[in-house]
Amino acid sequence: MRRILFGLLLFLPALAALADQAVHERTLDNGLKVLVKPDRRAPILTSQVWYKVGSSYEYGGVTGVSHVLEHMMFKGTERLAPGEFSRIIAENGGEENAFTGRDYTAYYQNLANDRLAIAFELEADRMRKLSLAQEDFAKELEVVKEERRTRTDDDPQSLTFERFNAAAYDASPYRNPVIGWAGDLDQLTIGDLREWYRLWYAPNNATLVVAGDVDPEQVFALAEEHFGPLEPERISPPKSRPEPEQLGEKRLSVMAPALEPYLLMGFKAPAVIDAAEEWEPYALEVLASVLDGGSSARLSRELVRGSQVAASTSASYSAFGRLPGMFLLSGVPAKGHDVGQLEAALRAQIERVQTDLVDDQELERVRNQLIAQKVYERDSLFYQAMVLGQLETVGLGWELADVYVDRLAAVTPEQLRAVAQKYLVPARLTVGMLDPQPIDDTHTEPSPVALEIRANDP
Amino acid sequence: MTPNPCPSALWILFALFLCSGGMAQAGPEIQSWQTASGARVLFVAAPDLPMVDVRVVFDAGSARDGERSGLASLTAAMLTQGAGDWSADEIAARFENLGAELSASADRDTTAVSMRTLTRQPAMEMAIETLSTLLSAPTFNEADLERLRRNRLISLRQDEESPRSVGEKALYRRVFGSHPYGSDPSGTAETVTAITRDDLVDFHRRHFPAANAVVAIVGALDRPGAEELAERMTAGLPPGGRAAALPGVVDLEAPVMERVSFPSSQTTVMAGQPGMRRGDPDYFALYVGNHILGGSGLVSLLMEEIREKRGLSYSTFSYFMPLAQPGPFLMGLQTKNEQAEEAREIMLATLRRFIDEGPSEAELAAAKRNITGGFPLRVASNSDIVAYLAMIGFYGLPLDYLDRFTDRIEAVTAAQIKDAFARRLDPDRLATVVVGGRGVGERTAGFGGDS
Repeated sequence: MRRILFGLLLFLPALAALADQAVHERTLDNGLKVLVKPDRRAPILTSQVWYKVGSSYEYGGVTGVSHVLEHMMFKGTERLAPGEFSRIIAENGGEENAFTGRDYTAYYQNLANDRLAIAFELEADRMRKLSLAQEDFAKELEVVKEERRTRTDDDPQSLTFERFNAAAYDASPYRNPVIGWAGDLDQLTIGDLREWYRLWYAPNNATLVVAGDVDPEQVFALAEEHFGPLEPERISPPKSRPEPEQLGEKRLSVMAPALEPYLLMGFKAPAVIDAAEEWEPYALEVLASVLDGGSSARLSRELVRGSQVAASTSASYSAFGRLPGMFLLSGVPAKGHDVGQLEAALRAQIERVQTDLVDDQELERVRNQLIAQKVYERDSLFYQAMVLGQLETVGLGWELADVYVDRLAAVTPEQLRAVAQKYLVPARLTVGMLDPQPIDDTHTEPSPVALEIRANDP
Repeated sequence: MTPNPCPSALWILFALFLCSGGMAQAGPEIQSWQTASGARVLFVAAPDLPMVDVRVVFDAGSARDGERSGLASLTAAMLTQGAGDWSADEIAARFENLGAELSASADRDTTAVSMRTLTRQPAMEMAIETLSTLLSAPTFNEADLERLRRNRLISLRQDEESPRSVGEKALYRRVFGSHPYGSDPSGTAETVTAITRDDLVDFHRRHFPAANAVVAIVGALDRPGAEELAERMTAGLPPGGRAAALPGVVDLEAPVMERVSFPSSQTTVMAGQPGMRRGDPDYFALYVGNHILGGSGLVSLLMEEIREKRGLSYSTFSYFMPLAQPGPFLMGLQTKNEQAEEAREIMLATLRRFIDEGPSEAELAAAKRNITGGFPLRVASNSDIVAYLAMIGFYGLPLDYLDRFTDRIEAVTAAQIKDAFARRLDPDRLATVVVGGRGVGERTAGFGGDS
């Protein structure tokens, strides 16, 4: 086919747009760190407040409290009635929500770029002056219990993953489900939430990230105006609760209503935060991509298409946790195969990376994907801000966003083999499987029942 | 050092905004033309980032499956599994080795094949050459088909593990009956088992002509570059004309309810009716009205009644899904089994009251401010824009659709919404599906079945 030359002359404006990518940073006197990433492609912005608190900060008996508190952040302040926050953002054409993870709780508003003051005033207000009324809490707790049922209890793979984490970690708080154990949610009190809010919601425990068509100096001035008056809090960082050395392989099965089995294999592995050698976590990231960085990577090519032992399979690892986590493999066996065969096939893949050097062509593919992803992610303002907020909140510093692709690209075949030999070993492994339980005497009878559906008007 | 208790900048800005009224907001500049082969092209130049998104959309959705439910979806999946002289491994490598991304899937109206690549060479050239080949010369290898079929059967069984998936499939069957929209695009175990290679070859031959395609392009190209790209995407497509219109959708004559017993802690309640088409004369009234009823996240009427006031569900929603023929109006929630009836009644009462009373002026004003104020967010990224181009092109909407969008939202009145909802929805003829724990259903059914 004919080669064509289009695109070349269009590189000039592209380079100009990429030039203004610098992150601007300032810390207010009360400790609030403010990060601004200008991006002038569209007259919009995202404003995100990241708190250093999440399920890995929680201790036994109050699991889920970070996430319930996230819900309560929409339930009013000394000044605003419950729901007013959302109503005001909505009337300003904004999108807003929040999310809680193991290491962070974050709130965001996406708005036209002339509405930043609105987001700042509202976020500053709820950073220190949340109502936390008993009556609102009682209702919202029921909503969260429903969320748990939807997300976990009625989803067999999600349920398996929850129990898998609890079995894999002995002491690390990564054993807690973000949404909390059902029994802990039942016993959670408004007092628990007030204490949690006092402990963690303060300017010196938060990072404010703004990305979009904004002027950094104006953002800093607005931040000073709205967040500057807030009192800092004395923050005591959580104890690290280090995971003891695992003494042998662990296995568990989760028996739940399901039709297809599911396999999880997790090897405890370091993260950037605690790595013995700086390159090790980057080597583990690249190793995950060698195995599962797309349809051409080893797991799809060899287990889904080649031997056809897997219907689906994946590998994942995150170098950027607050605490060390796991290198994870998972999959669903193909028809005619069982989880044992899938496990054996995944173990063979691991042995191969422990024995043979990954060839240059595969590494070149991973590097090209990394470079492309770095361009593609600039199409999402939200994602750009999220990377900064997350790196800062887990304690690694946002500056890592500028260099981590270089560190990934620098990983060598020898380093890949070294981390595989060191970390993908039985003494670090937990194997979990979903053991589908049939439901007795059920059958489908989808014949219609015509009936009057009439509800009483309230 | 306490925050100022007086309302300050927020309220001033807010008041200013209230007074500013609706200002027409221009969307991206869309260029459109036809390829020599007869495909329609929509293009937006986006020079800021050195990348390009391409989406080729065919009038080849699951509504064209006929007896072979799942055919469009399997055909789409098979496009990436072999084309020209290349195997699935080679196709995957040709995209991914240079950082490009590819996806192919079918919904009820369309088959859509999308790619994203850097504009630098040889990445872009490789991606274009590969995509145009897999659109025009897929091999539909038997062995690959068997593998995809087996894996599809597993994913169909996994759908049966999810009460929401079971509920949604059942509701579409109830709302659309024997109309092609009643079938799920992924098919059933029975139909997927019956599909042959000849079915795929025939489906591709009949539904993938250039005249049946729309090419959407957003990226760092100039017009000649985009023209060249579109020509290459469509030059080798099979000959043929446009697909005939789909059959019309018939309104439900009476309410139907299906209860499926399911071993879940929650009951999924979904209700619906045939709704509206793309380009429907009532589109804007129904869109704004639904935004108020159940389309605006945390501040909708359904959210207020179900979640905020009563804590009954984490999620509750309503939406119209406009299709080539009237797609569904759907509403739903999940709640613990014991309170499913209460939640269902409140959901329906909220719909009934909205139809009877329409929105208040305050609700309408707030909805308009949200939709028009949020317009710039929706056309900000290349991935947003390429999706809009594909929609505008496929459904034949005017090229100034985005430019006029906020004005048309502003023009909607409360009376128009009330009138449109009264004409288009009838709460006495809803299809309802309830999927949940024992004791809820009147019959034992559901889980593990082979529907």
